[in-house]
Amino acid sequence: MRFMVIVKANPESEAGVMPNNEILTEMTKFNEELVKAGVMLAGEGLQPSSKGARVRFEGKKRTVIDGPFAETKELIAGFWIWQVRSRDEAIEWLKRAPFQEGDVELRQIFEAEDFGKELTPELREREERLRSRAEELQKGSR
Amino acid sequence: MTATDPHRTIQAIWRIEAPRLIAGLTRMTRDVGRAEDLAQEAFVRALEDWPQSGVPEKPGAWLMTVARRRALDEIRRSKRTEEKHAALGREIDERQETSVQDLEASFDEDFGDDLLRLIFVACHPVLPAEARVALTLRLLGGLTTPEIARAFLVPEATLAQRIVRAKRTLAEARIPFEVPTGIDRGARLASVLEVIYLIFNEGYTATVGDDWIRPTLCEEALRLGRVLAGLAPKEPEPHGLVALMEIQASRLKARVTSDGDPVLLLDQNRGLWDYLLIGRGLAALERSQALSMSMGPYTLQAAIAACHARARRAEETDWQRIAELYGVLAARMPSPIVELNRAVAVAMAQGPEAGLELVDALQHEPSLAHYHLLPSVRGDLLQKLGRKDEARREFERAAVLTQNERERALLLSRAAAMGVQD
Repeated sequence: MRFMVIVKANPESEAGVMPNNEILTEMTKFNEELVKAGVMLAGEGLQPSSKGARVRFEGKKRTVIDGPFAETKELIAGFWIWQVRSRDEAIEWLKRAPFQEGDVELRQIFEAEDFGKELTPELREREERLRSRAEELQKGSR
Repeated sequence: MTATDPHRTIQAIWRIEAPRLIAGLTRMTRDVGRAEDLAQEAFVRALEDWPQSGVPEKPGAWLMTVARRRALDEIRRSKRTEEKHAALGREIDERQETSVQDLEASFDEDFGDDLLRLIFVACHPVLPAEARVALTLRLLGGLTTPEIARAFLVPEATLAQRIVRAKRTLAEARIPFEVPTGIDRGARLASVLEVIYLIFNEGYTATVGDDWIRPTLCEEALRLGRVLAGLAPKEPEPHGLVALMEIQASRLKARVTSDGDPVLLLDQNRGLWDYLLIGRGLAALERSQALSMSMGPYTLQAAIAACHARARRAEETDWQRIAELYGVLAARMPSPIVELNRAVAVAMAQGPEAGLELVDALQHEPSLAHYHLLPSVRGDLLQKLGRKDEARREFERAAVLTQNERERALLLSRAAAMGVQD
């Protein structure tokens, strides 16, 4: 099973201040541990929200809002994608991360087998229809 | 809610730490079975102590200290017995000397080398393939015996026996705890790769059993492959195997319908492919190819899988390249199955006639005499050439040979579509 580990922003990350050498070294070491254990699938740090934007949806209307965004603690500063064998294992790995403060969130990613059970008959039918349409389109383009 | 069940926490720590722990202890005791027992005893101590004392800051080091102390006590005791029986000879066991030195080594040390040694020992060719698989999952995957038994649909007692026997065989054969070098290395590495790919395929092709098995075995094999590639980064084939598995795993969502019917590669909805895994697979393939000019069998298969992964639509598949790669693979490990695959690729690249020529050359291959895909592929090519009568006969022959009911129904309907015999 896979988890997304969500690291929240703080005033420094939002100000674009790079972490100091010590923190970077420790983080690199932690990342190496994750890679060596075959746990880490992906991991990225995000630039401050001042370089980002939001698109607001209201029916057919779209409004673009430029960053930065005020609610720093709600913003994301980085993420990992981990493959682990249980939620407990993900928690255990996260406990070993070299953070000094703040909350870091773990969220399980939906996998193929989750959909097998959760898909309602209506959704399944819709998916079937989409699939056969896609097949027809493919055949047509041959 | 702030805390989770301490037992589950300890279980998770065990899964993370067990392989390194067992590896380090095997170096000390030179006995995989004993090392596993020692690790498990330390784990039991943790289950007793930690709920009261709390989880130590470095749980891995804690477990290792407890287990090492225990091992050392045993070694001292047996040494004293040995001294009492001095008349029997004063030969100092070399392995006991090593272990005392080992204890002095720092607890923060990296057990990577030991882990690699343990992988090579668990996958030693002296063991039958099924024992290698079971031992690898147990020692390096941290899977329990009941879990492995469920995954392979064998009774728990049978599997437990298999593991006991495997450990005994390793001890009796005095398999050295080392990473093989020299001429031996290639064959030993091949055995490790085979075990990992067997685990993956067991998960990938399992059609029976509980739902959890398929993803668990695939993920475990992928994890082991990544660990191996990290421990032996200069070897091209582990990267090739990782690439092959990542790319195949990327299609897990697309390869069956929600009713469990298989979907052929070319019919799959490519929007359901996992592009994170594809990206990882392509990167691993590049690493392998950068290490060696000539591709090994896993790297070649990964390169073929990559041709499909790179095509956004089935029609964009580079069949010419796939046909070439199958040609190299066939030269490297000649096999009628590889040849049949090559025929399909050649037919896609150069037209059905060229493919049919290759398939016809396989007609009298004894190992394919009962292989339904041979008439099935031949029927498909004949159909494309408009030779309906012959095509129908081939589909009917394939329908008789297949073990799979759904496939039989499909083949019979294809036969029927060829019209009545004149």
